Amino acid sequence: MAAAVGMGQQWVLVEMVQAFYEAPAYHLILEGILILWIIRLLFSKTYKLQERSDLTPKEKEELIEEWQPEPLVPPVSKDHPALNYNIVSGPPTHKITVNGKECINFASFNFLGLLDNEKVKNAAQASLKKYGVGTCGPRGFYGTFDVHLELEERLAKFMRTEEAIIYSYGFATIASAIPAYSKRGDIVFVDEAACFAIQKGLQASRSNIKLFKHNDMADLERLLKEQETEDQKNPRKARVTRRFIVVEGLYMNTGDVCPLPELIKLKYKYKVRIFLEESLSFGVLGEHGRGITEHFGINRLSGQGYCFSASLPPLLAAAAIEALNIMEDNPDIFQTLQGKCKQIHRALQGISGLKVVGESFSPALHLQLEESCGSRENDVKLLKRVVDYCMNSGIALTQARYLEKEEKCLPPPSIRVVITVEQTEQELDKAASLIKEAAQSVLN
Amino acid sequence: MERPTAEPGAHSRANGCSGAAHGALRNGYVRGLPAPDTQIHHIVHNGGLYKKPFNEAFEETPMLVAVLTYVGYGVLTLFGYLRDFLRQWKIEKCQNATEREEQKDFVPLYQDFENFYNRNLYMRIRDSWNRPICSVPGAKVDMMERVSHDYNWTFTYTGRVIKDIINMGSYNYLGFAQNTGACQEAAAKVLSRYGAGVCSTRQEMGNLDKHEELEKLIARFLGVESAMAYGMGFATNSMNIPALVGKGCLILSDELNHASLVLGARLSGATIRIFKHNNMQSLEKLLKDAIVHGQPRTRRPWKKILILVEGIYSMEGSIVRLPEVIALKKKYKSYLYLDEAHSIGALGPSGRGVVEYFGLNPEDVDVMMGTFTKSFGAAGGYIGGKKELIDYLRTYSHSAVYATSLSPPVVEQIITSMKCIMGEDGTTFGKECVQQLAENTRYFRRRLKEMGFIIYGNEDSPVVPLMLYMPAKIGAFGREMLKRNIGVVVVGFPATPIIESRARFCLSAAHTKEILDTALKEINEVGDLLQLKYSRHRLVPLLDRPFDETTYEETED
Repeated sequence: MAAAVGMGQQWVLVEMVQAFYEAPAYHLILEGILILWIIRLLFSKTYKLQERSDLTPKEKEELIEEWQPEPLVPPVSKDHPALNYNIVSGPPTHKITVNGKECINFASFNFLGLLDNEKVKNAAQASLKKYGVGTCGPRGFYGTFDVHLELEERLAKFMRTEEAIIYSYGFATIASAIPAYSKRGDIVFVDEAACFAIQKGLQASRSNIKLFKHNDMADLERLLKEQETEDQKNPRKARVTRRFIVVEGLYMNTGDVCPLPELIKLKYKYKVRIFLEESLSFGVLGEHGRGITEHFGINRLSGQGYCFSASLPPLLAAAAIEALNIMEDNPDIFQTLQGKCKQIHRALQGISGLKVVGESFSPALHLQLEESCGSRENDVKLLKRVVDYCMNSGIALTQARYLEKEEKCLPPPSIRVVITVEQTEQELDKAASLIKEAAQSVLN
Repeated sequence: MERPTAEPGAHSRANGCSGAAHGALRNGYVRGLPAPDTQIHHIVHNGGLYKKPFNEAFEETPMLVAVLTYVGYGVLTLFGYLRDFLRQWKIEKCQNATEREEQKDFVPLYQDFENFYNRNLYMRIRDSWNRPICSVPGAKVDMMERVSHDYNWTFTYTGRVIKDIINMGSYNYLGFAQNTGACQEAAAKVLSRYGAGVCSTRQEMGNLDKHEELEKLIARFLGVESAMAYGMGFATNSMNIPALVGKGCLILSDELNHASLVLGARLSGATIRIFKHNNMQSLEKLLKDAIVHGQPRTRRPWKKILILVEGIYSMEGSIVRLPEVIALKKKYKSYLYLDEAHSIGALGPSGRGVVEYFGLNPEDVDVMMGTFTKSFGAAGGYIGGKKELIDYLRTYSHSAVYATSLSPPVVEQIITSMKCIMGEDGTTFGKECVQQLAENTRYFRRRLKEMGFIIYGNEDSPVVPLMLYMPAKIGAFGREMLKRNIGVVVVGFPATPIIESRARFCLSAAHTKEILDTALKEINEVGDLLQLKYSRHRLVPLLDRPFDETTYEETED
């Protein structure tokens, strides 16, 4: 056996030598050059990308001794406006007790008044008795409850989409959904007045961001055309680059709606997908509260998402299902709400010193100073005095809060006025006249 | 049979390759205490920083298993290509989500190749995840039965409920996931008074008196000056790390940190450097280099250095080497951010977390972060630390400005359960839970190791990863255990390295010894059926002494 193997090996050797003699000259020369090149590379000095400094260990010790870091956080002054929170004792419902004073609530986003609704609370209680409070796990690992599945089905049916998915934290929803679809190299056209959550989602996605002026369709079309010409230069890349437009149904920062019909036209013309953020317009706009698509009479797109982190506590999911039930059974609350919005919008017009920013049917509008005092800090202080005046007289208002250094396009300081279904006509009138008074006394 | 020794580098952890390629992780196995009266046992090569033995081990992957795992993945990939081919040529029905007619010429959302893993590997074993339950996630849980007639592409619910499945997958360490009892009653009262939501952010109109009460309680619980609570644990990390560090700062993050820490670090804009998992030499080297060389290219000194570590790593079951990290942090003047998502409530003689477990001072940790989902049966996260830190976060945290605050019944659940753990509700229930969890952990881990499975992680960690390695066994293990009425969590790529798939058990104080014994019996059976007993270091089973404290002795075969 060994002899046969030996013979086999010898045979291979002979074949090799024969091949060597039969090879053409250029082949041999090429191989020879390559072998010499390899030998050269093996023995040449490697160059390092990062020069090692020749510091002695003693010098290193000294450097380590000398280095002083900044403090972990810079000190915050005691009377920073954001540091002193309002303390709400008791539930933040229609009648709210802020810092010890009872006021009518014009500051919490409780548009349909469902915060205090007995039916919603009862549904949550039942869920609490059945499941306890927490879910003890993410959706993938035994954190999916039948309540979650039911809520998703109901939402999909209500919004007339194929499927829906729920997250446990409002901010995280859009901030996770955007990077799930749009990755590095994709292009996103986003409105300037997009809220902070959208900005963070875009930052996490690492895509190319192009801002267009707020609600300005001409500007957006210009950007889309520019992108088209870019694409024609490089069609292969264009075929794999996804394009998105991100808009809000009802903008939190300005109170107006996006022109959805025009956006849809642009979408089909330039082949872009639309991300619609409806945290304010859901349950507000449209005949049945289905949001901005119902408001404009458009069909929804299909979409899916991805879920991380611990799932929503079941009692909150049950409360949401009950809220959907109420919304479906009483579609006239939306009309009522929009009527109230129009009423207060009218009433707040013509206040000297303050201008109303927002659509007439928007339940969250801003009151901005007509003329700025010069610096943002002073504007904020002035508005605070208006807010305090109103609070002292029984109307709870708040200023719109932003992270001033982090926002891409910081909106001017403003007072946020929130309209809910529970506010009566008298209360709306009272609020309007009180704000007029406050503006008079503080700003003049 | 080899005897593991206490010298460094004895068993290096590696990804299926022999030889210490990834930084030797010391197997700190320490021989058992000879005398029954306890003595303080120092691990010599750490300068006496540890007050009790630190036993963590990651047994090396057996070579044959590694090879077979790669072969398995290779076969699956080939089949995947075949199926894709069949789908493309319409021989097989395509079940993917497809575009609407009007949008057929849009750029597709999912590139075919990106989704290859999803379509061909994940889909086959998809029934092991997202299992819907319909009862409280306690020690036993009811699950909705679902079947799939098209190989997991869609599920239908049969309507039947599988009752009393032993729950080894939910994070319920202290057993507070209950729908009866003091916590639930208190939460119900608060729910009827306050309602389910808050409808505003902390800085606007969403700061309730309940939130203030909660934050004072958390500060007392942790032993720090001040604390702040947030609505979501994931968001606590991703929104507060950017507020603490920015450009010009350095973040040193552990290899196996959770996605929320990684996202927070990325969003902050600081430079990120990774050190090997729990490896103090790697961390020290990075610290030294950073201070000596400064920022890359400009050589300016770093503004600050932040070290990100977790208390218990949920995929490995390892505990951070906190005494050494704190010693390094003090030596090099950097700041420490400790994420105690899994360790708060689960470690330490009175449940105060990994700082108490090691007997250290909570003031040494600059930022103590944690979540309420796991040990408190609620939802949300917190950050604790010095008053200046918390004041700064109240002003500049993204969550305080833009996100809704915690829901009131959830806050009440946290308050009640925390008081219970601290013993302030007048009972010893909390203390008993903490002790029960510790006993369960030691018992369960010991028995699994005796059976011959490869178990990763620290002896005291209630997260128990059991190695499966091969892709087919991931699905098989999940399904076999479900047939025997035990719900387990299996994890594969991309949450773990591709050949290190595992099953992960989360122990709970609510598990009684009978439940654990049933589970162990079934795991033993399934382990024999699927040939999962890879370990080469068998331990001799102790005579039936339940819940003993001493470490076991190795014997020669």
